[in-house]
Amino acid sequence: MRDIRWRLALATIILTASGYMAVSPVQAQTDTPSAIQRQADQPAAPAPVVAVTPAPDAYSGLASTHFDVIAASIAQIGSQETPQAHDTLKALASHHLFAGNDGHALYIHDGDGWRDVRTGIPASPDPNQVHPVRVNNRVRLALAEVQAGQALVTGTPAQRLAAASRLAEHPDPALLLLVDHALDTSHDAALDATLKRAKAAIILSPGAPVSNPATLLAAVASLRAQGGLTSRAVLAGFAGNETAPTQARDAARHAMASIDRREKIWALGQQAFYGLSLGSVLLLVAMGLAITFGVMGVINMAHGELVMLGAYTTYLVQKGVLAVAPGLSGFTLVLAAPAAFVVCSAIGVLIERSLIRFLYGRPLETLLATWGLSLIIQQAVRSVFGSTNVAVSTPGWLSGAFQLGGMTITMNRLAIMLFAAAVMVALMLVLRRTALGLEMRAVTQNRRMATLMGIRTARVDALTFALGSGVAGLAGVAVSQIDNVSPNLGQGYIIDSFLVVVFGGVGNLWGTLAAAMTLGIGGKTLEPLLGAVSGKILLLVLVIVFIQRCPRGMFPLRGRGIES
Amino acid sequence: MTAGFGFRNVPRIACMVVIVAGFLSLGSLLPDSNPLSVSPFIVTLVGKYLAYAMLAVAVDLVWGFAGILTLGHAAFFALGGYAMGMYLTREIGTRGVYGNPDLPDFMVFLSWKSLPWYWWGSNHILMAIVLVFLVPGILAGLFGWLAFRSRVSGVYLSIVTQALTYALMLAFFQNGLGFGGNNGLTDFKDILGFDLHSQTTRATMLVFSALLLAGTMIGARWLVSGRFGRLLIAVRDAESRTRFLGYRPEQVKLLVWVVSAMIAALGGALYVIQVGIINPGEFAPANSIESVIWVAVGGRGTICGAVIGAVLVNFGKTLLTAWLPEAWLYGLGLLFILTTLFLPEGLMGLGHQVMRRRAEVTPEVTQTEGDAES
Repeated sequence: MRDIRWRLALATIILTASGYMAVSPVQAQTDTPSAIQRQADQPAAPAPVVAVTPAPDAYSGLASTHFDVIAASIAQIGSQETPQAHDTLKALASHHLFAGNDGHALYIHDGDGWRDVRTGIPASPDPNQVHPVRVNNRVRLALAEVQAGQALVTGTPAQRLAAASRLAEHPDPALLLLVDHALDTSHDAALDATLKRAKAAIILSPGAPVSNPATLLAAVASLRAQGGLTSRAVLAGFAGNETAPTQARDAARHAMASIDRREKIWALGQQAFYGLSLGSVLLLVAMGLAITFGVMGVINMAHGELVMLGAYTTYLVQKGVLAVAPGLSGFTLVLAAPAAFVVCSAIGVLIERSLIRFLYGRPLETLLATWGLSLIIQQAVRSVFGSTNVAVSTPGWLSGAFQLGGMTITMNRLAIMLFAAAVMVALMLVLRRTALGLEMRAVTQNRRMATLMGIRTARVDALTFALGSGVAGLAGVAVSQIDNVSPNLGQGYIIDSFLVVVFGGVGNLWGTLAAAMTLGIGGKTLEPLLGAVSGKILLLVLVIVFIQRCPRGMFPLRGRGIES
Repeated sequence: MTAGFGFRNVPRIACMVVIVAGFLSLGSLLPDSNPLSVSPFIVTLVGKYLAYAMLAVAVDLVWGFAGILTLGHAAFFALGGYAMGMYLTREIGTRGVYGNPDLPDFMVFLSWKSLPWYWWGSNHILMAIVLVFLVPGILAGLFGWLAFRSRVSGVYLSIVTQALTYALMLAFFQNGLGFGGNNGLTDFKDILGFDLHSQTTRATMLVFSALLLAGTMIGARWLVSGRFGRLLIAVRDAESRTRFLGYRPEQVKLLVWVVSAMIAALGGALYVIQVGIINPGEFAPANSIESVIWVAVGGRGTICGAVIGAVLVNFGKTLLTAWLPEAWLYGLGLLFILTTLFLPEGLMGLGHQVMRRRAEVTPEVTQTEGDAES
C-alpha cells in the first residue's frame, strides 16, 4: 500500500510539473522539464499513421501489459489538456479503449465504431490483434486521481469547487502538490477557502509525507479558522494519531474545542432563524385574528379557513397566469397577494354581514357559529378542489438557499419573514394613520363610548372584519409556499394562532408580534431538546400556565372599558 | 330562574331514558325471528349515544349553569376512557397476539420489559373506577384552580381549554407514553369475566349506562337547584357582583368544574366498554366543540336538553354519514350556525315557549342572554 502511494506521489509530481507547463509558461521556463515531460508534450502533433516502427509516446504505455506502466502513462496523459487526452481517459474509464497487440496501437471502440486514438481517424483493426486496455485497482486509482486532478486544475469553476471539497473530505496525500498548484491559480474566494481546507486536511491526514511541526501547526490553524464539521473530523483524526508531534496534536485538540464552540453559536443562530421564520408564519396568520378579536372581542374560528382560501386563491391565480401569460409565471405571487386580499376581504364582509352581525354581545355563540362556518368552508373547498393537495409552485427567485457563515438561509423562509414584516408595518400604518384605524382603536378601547362619540360601530366592525380576513388571505399566500395546500390547511394553524393572540393580549399588534416570536423561537429551541411533539406539548403547557398568571396576555389593554 | 321546561322535566326524561334502554336491551335478547328483536348494532349505537349524552350533561353543567364555555371536555372524556381501557386491556391477559400474561400487546411490540408504574393495579376494576374519577378530577382541579383563581374567563378560558386537550392529544399520540400511541387501546375481550361481545353483556351494559345517565341527570339537577344552584347562576350572570356580596366565585366554579370533569370521565368509561376502542383521536378539539353543539341544540342550562341534543345530533350524524358522507360536515356546520342564530335556547327553549303559550302559566324569566363576559 505504502509503495503505491509513493509511486502515485511521484506520478503526481510529474503531473503537476507538466501542469505548470501548460498553465503558466513563464513559470515553466524556470522548471527543469524531465525526460518524461518532454515526451508528454510531444503527441500534440499528429503521429505518422504509417510508421513502421512508431516512436514510443505517452500513449504507448497504455498498450503495455504491465499495470505500473499503464498507471504511469495515465498520469502522463492526464497532464495534457488536449481533447484527445480527455477522450482517451474517458474511453478507458468506460472500457472502450483497446490496445493493439504490437504494444503501440490504440483504438477507441464505441458507438461510432473503431477509431485511432492518436489521429482520431476511423480505423478497422483486426479484432484478433487488439485487446482491451488492462485495468486493475491500481490503474483505476491512477485514473481517478488524474480525473480529480483534471477537475481541480482545468475544470469549470463548479467542477473545481466540487473536486476541492471532495478532497477536503477524503484527503489524498498524493494530490498535495496539485492542490498547491490549484491554490496558486485560483481567483475565487470560495474555491480558495475550500482548497485551503483540502490542503490542511491532506497535511494532517495519516499518510501525509509532512512531519514539519510548523507546517502541521499552520494546517491546524487554517482548519481552526475555517471551522465546519469536516474540519473537525480531520482534526479529530489527527489528534488521535499517535505518531504525530504532541505539540501539534494539542493544538488540534484546542482547535476542535474552538470549532465546537463556534458550531454551537452557529447552530443557535440557525435555530433562531428557524424560530423567527416559524414566528413570522404565526405572526402572519395571527395578525388578522388579533385585529378582529381586539375590536370585536370575537375569536373567529373560521380564520384558518380564510388562510386556506388565500392559499387556494394563489393556486387559482397561478393557474390563470400559466394559461394566459406563461412568461409572467415568476410574478404569480405578486399578483396573488392582492387577489387573495380582495377575495378574502370580500368573504370576510360577507361573513360579518350575514352571520356575526346578529351575534353581537355574545362572543361565545359567535365562536360556535364561526366554527360551524369553518366546517362548511372546509367541506365546500373539498367538494370543489378535492381533498388532496393542490400543487402551488415556488418561483425561481424564491427557491434555493445561501450560506451565511455556518447558517443556511432558505430564500422562501427569508421572503416570508420580510413579507410578514411588511404586512405588519402596513397594518400599523392603517391603525395609526388612517381614520378607520382611529375608529378601530376607539372601538377596541371602549365600544359604548365610541358609539356615543358618533362612530358608526357597525361599519367599523364590518371593515375591521374585512381587513382581518384580507390579512388572513395574505397569510395564505405565504403559507402556500411552505406548506401543503389542502382543505385541512387552516386547521394546522388555528390553535397556534389563537394562542398567539391570547398570549399577546388584545388589541395590540406589538403584543401579537412578541407572542408570535416567543412561540416561534421557543418552539424551535425546545424541539431539538425534547423532540418535536414533546417540545410542542411543553410549549402549550407553558402558555396555559402563563395565561393563568396573566389572564389578559403579555400586553393587556388597560382602561375602564375593558373589564365587563 | 332555572326552572325552564327542560329543567323541570329532568326526572321524567331520566325515566324515559331508562325505559327506552330497557326495551332495547330486552329486544336485543329476543331471537332474530321475533318482530320486536333489536340488532346488536343498534344496542352498541344507543350505548354510544348514552355515553355522549353523559358528556353533554357535563358540558351543560359548566356552560349552561356556570357560563364557562369549555372547548376541552373531550380531554376528561378521553381520560376516563383510557382509565377504563387500561383495565379492559389487562383483562385480555394471555389472549393477546403475543400471549404475554403481564404486558399488553403494544408494550411487547415496543419490547418493554415491565409495566410502567402508572399501570400499577390496573388489573382491578376498583382501581379502574378510582382512576376514572381521580385522574380527570385532579387534572380539572389543578387546571380550574389556576384558571379561576386568576380570573381567566370568557374566550380566553375557552382557548386555553382547547389548548389543554390539544396538548393531551399530542401526548397520547406518542408511543413512549405507554398508552398504545396511535392505535390506542382496543381489542378488549371481557369485563369482570363476562364476555364483552355476548348479547347479554351488551344488553346489561346498555341498561347500566341508562341508569347511570339517569342518576347523573338527577344528581346534576340536585346540584344546581337549591342554594348552591342559585349561587352558581349568580356567578354566571354577574360574577363581580357575587364577589362583592362576599361569595367566592372561584370556589363555586371550581366545584362545578371538577364535578363536570368527573361526569365526562364516567361517560368516557362507558363509551370504551360499549364501543370497544379508545384512541388519541378522542382528544381532538373538534370533538369538544361538537359536544358543545349538542348542548346548544338541546338547550343549555336545562340538562334534559343536553341529553336530547346529544342523542339527536349523533343520530343525525349516524344517518348522514351512512347515506351522504359528504353532507355531514355541511349539516354539522349549518347546525352550529342555525342553532346560534335562530335557536339560542335550543329545542328546550322552543318547547318552553310552546308549553307556555298552550297552558297559561305565569310568565317565567327566561335565562338572560350574554354571559356578561366580553
